[in-house]
Amino acid sequence: MISLSINNERVSVQPGTTVLDAARKLNINIPTLCNHPDLCVAGNCRVCVVEQTGARTLIAACAMPAAEGMDIHTNTLKVRNARRHIVELLLSEHRSDCTKCYKNQKCELQALANEFAFGDTIFLDLVEDHPYTIDRSSPSFIKDDSKCIHCQRCVRTCFELQHISAIAVANKGMHQKISSFHDRPMSHVVCTNCGQCINRCPTGALVEKTYIDHVWDAIYDKDKHVIVQTAPAVRVALGEDLGYDPGERVTGKMVTALRQLGFDSILDTDFTADLTIMEEGTELLTRLKKALVDGDKKTAFPMFTSCSPGWIKFIEHKYPEFLHNLSTCKSPQQMFGALAKTFFAQKMKLDPSGIVSVSIMPCTAKKYEADRPEMRASGYKDVDYVLTTRELAIMIKQAGIDFRNLEPAHYDSIMGDSTGAGVIFGATGGVMEAALRTAYELVTGREVPFPNLNITPVRGMEGVKEATIKIEGCTKDWKFLEGAELKVAIAHGLANANKIMKQVRNGKSPYHFVEIMACPGGCLGGGGQPIPTSMEIRKKRMKAVYSEDEHMVLRKSHENPDVIAIYKEFLGKPNSHVAHELLHTHYVERESY
Amino acid sequence: MEKRGLYKVDLIFEKVDPKEVLTQAYNMKSEQIIQQVLDSGLKGRGGAGFPTGLKWKYTAAVKEPEKYVVCNADEGEPGTFKDREILDKVAYKVYGGMAIAGKAIGAKHGIVYLRSEYRFLLPQLMKELESFHKLVKGIGYDFRINYCLGSGAYICGEESALFESVEGGRGEPRNKPPYPTTSGVFGKPTSINNVETLVTAMMIIKHGPESYSQLGTKDSRGSKVFSISGDTPIPGIFELELGMSVQEFVDEFGDGDTKAVQVGGASGFCVPRKRFQYTVIGFEGVPTGGSMKLFNSSRSMYNVLHNYLDFFAEESCGQCTPCRVGCQQLLKGVEKVKKGEVKATYLNELLKLADTMKVASKCGLGQSVGNAFRTIVENFREEIIY
Repeated sequence: MISLSINNERVSVQPGTTVLDAARKLNINIPTLCNHPDLCVAGNCRVCVVEQTGARTLIAACAMPAAEGMDIHTNTLKVRNARRHIVELLLSEHRSDCTKCYKNQKCELQALANEFAFGDTIFLDLVEDHPYTIDRSSPSFIKDDSKCIHCQRCVRTCFELQHISAIAVANKGMHQKISSFHDRPMSHVVCTNCGQCINRCPTGALVEKTYIDHVWDAIYDKDKHVIVQTAPAVRVALGEDLGYDPGERVTGKMVTALRQLGFDSILDTDFTADLTIMEEGTELLTRLKKALVDGDKKTAFPMFTSCSPGWIKFIEHKYPEFLHNLSTCKSPQQMFGALAKTFFAQKMKLDPSGIVSVSIMPCTAKKYEADRPEMRASGYKDVDYVLTTRELAIMIKQAGIDFRNLEPAHYDSIMGDSTGAGVIFGATGGVMEAALRTAYELVTGREVPFPNLNITPVRGMEGVKEATIKIEGCTKDWKFLEGAELKVAIAHGLANANKIMKQVRNGKSPYHFVEIMACPGGCLGGGGQPIPTSMEIRKKRMKAVYSEDEHMVLRKSHENPDVIAIYKEFLGKPNSHVAHELLHTHYVERESY
Repeated sequence: MEKRGLYKVDLIFEKVDPKEVLTQAYNMKSEQIIQQVLDSGLKGRGGAGFPTGLKWKYTAAVKEPEKYVVCNADEGEPGTFKDREILDKVAYKVYGGMAIAGKAIGAKHGIVYLRSEYRFLLPQLMKELESFHKLVKGIGYDFRINYCLGSGAYICGEESALFESVEGGRGEPRNKPPYPTTSGVFGKPTSINNVETLVTAMMIIKHGPESYSQLGTKDSRGSKVFSISGDTPIPGIFELELGMSVQEFVDEFGDGDTKAVQVGGASGFCVPRKRFQYTVIGFEGVPTGGSMKLFNSSRSMYNVLHNYLDFFAEESCGQCTPCRVGCQQLLKGVEKVKKGEVKATYLNELLKLADTMKVASKCGLGQSVGNAFRTIVENFREEIIY
């Protein structure tokens, strides 16, 4: 243990602990900005400077390892002066249109300014000295360089968590900026629209592109029937933006709020999550049959899940030679969209041209996905507008809804029923678990051999998880699988996806089925979820996801009554012709720079 | 303090038989080499002045099979051009110094990080490197040197930014600790030394630490190669004993009308005429990596300052706030003062900002911008305002 003194209080810490963490142990708050619990130490904003007795300069608390006998002071005149200067310097290069800014009152720089830099401005305004770009090219987000304070959280996010580096540091000195390859617009670089950078941007430099006003317009338009679908992970995080602690489930209240906002049909993406399991599970078993029985050597393994549009764009850019390994299933959002303007319209006797289909997603890549030209199977744009969890929270606030005191309600019927298997899509490993619950039972006629259906090996926050399921006691139709060991893997965060893909490219992948989610923790850690995010917060959301599952009566996708009904009335059977028309898609190779 | 005159020295460019010196070093224990360099009192010649013997000692103490000797030849300080001359004239002594450093710290790899503007020297340097490799192999050294070219960024002369650049990253300084002695290039223990330091170390082995430490003063042992430019009738490279006053220097190199000397380049200090007599050139007074720029009364010190600030605003890596934004504020601030768009007292705010930059910047670049700013603004305030 290392013993040091901070503001004349002694503290003992493990070797490797930073001065910042040592101070936190004493409940001494040192302000930070570039520091983020998910990312490596940068030490570049210098907001956290403190005084070390005997040192020539101040030290950055976030980057300095605690050392034996250190004497640290966090609130001296020298520190205060420097900190004030640093915050003022950041403000001088930041376009402070705070009252109109999307991040107003959620901006970390604004909070620091309130603490350290109120009163007269010391320095000259530098914003207009540099040409800056406001890049609106992506359907998912806006990158406004005039609000960038160069903390490089986004750069570290894109590199460390996602292995993409769609944005990186360019130029030096006064010309330094966070830029894309050759300064191309974000829509024309290898960007997956995952939005993880948005989750970590301290200012309004990176924000989602909002469609709130479009949705309000549709709601107020009497000729439109506005359908809303809510993704599994939204219900375990929405509360955070409405005054709840992380990990609170607010499903019922959310449904009531949506009804009060004026949506005409409140439906659930969990329904199409269950449907995805039917389609994707069937696809997997079909592939296995082709390979094992028909001896078709061209059947590509491992098969990858295709629910995460960030992951889809990643593989299209980086590993296009493996597009055949992707399940052809659309994501639950897009399955929902295609069915909303066909099946749902028929059932409800609605003209599909009068339907506006809105989805609430934990995701910014979904905005991009809804815009893909492939996603018009209904003859219309299947999903018209995608809002993030954050945007829904804003709408609820705009409408003056007292969320905390709402009575919980149920989703509407037809495409509103779901099972626990659909809910767990929101956590990494959830699609895998849901698929195994159904596929195992389909093949053997028995439930998966895990207590209470909880397939624990595929759960948790480990970057790459793997499991082997031995298939025994197959029913007549599936005898060819008798004794087979199904090897599966799960990766979340594209850095981990990259590990899997390198293995696949080297021909060393032992897996049959791999679930990949673009975001750390899966959708619950999505780029559209409430800010801030950290491992601790994601774990709480994960706990809520599994708790939601345990509270469901039905926990296997194939038992979903709405799913059974739609196959009976509309789709026929999984992977049928109609299903292929509406629920499956194809992928395109994209440039890799 | 003993008053010293101006003594020209011929140590760096002195012709030696590398085989003799390197054989001598080869037969010494690594502790002996380090002790001799420690005894000589040699401090780094790049400007920061860290004791070379200590640097070697720390690096030698780390138990790790892979270590590096890096020669910092990214000579970028405005007004410095002595390393170019050294590489041009006595590259074999630079290589020799690296081999000796390698022997001292236990490194088999050497890297010369060469300023990209010195690319034209490369064919000749490579030829000399070939014969050096033959020579040291013959003696028994297991030591090879590779070249790495910079790309024109001033910041890459900062040791950890240089490592980043060698590794293929952006030239941005790292957080310290860890220091290069434990985690330098490729994360391995590294001794990074200036071109001149390495040559000096070789000459200390040849002549012995006693004779070397007789040169200079207590705090500034030995001699130093100066790059002399500006308003002087005899610009060029001169090797001088350390410890002279600026007055003595100006008497020799000035044009009779010298009003200020910028010692140590853009990141150094401006010494005005009234301080010439009292200012020693060395670590006890104004340290320098070699750059000495003389200004006569025809020069506007506003232009001098503006030039330096413009340089720093461009050459900051842009990573840390005090340096990236501070440099721009100082530059824009003096421009506004000059134009009368802000009050002259705004200079006081800028001086405070320079203090913040000195204590809060991440690396030596941002920390030293205030040197020139403060010394020019304090001594030539009227030239900035009017």
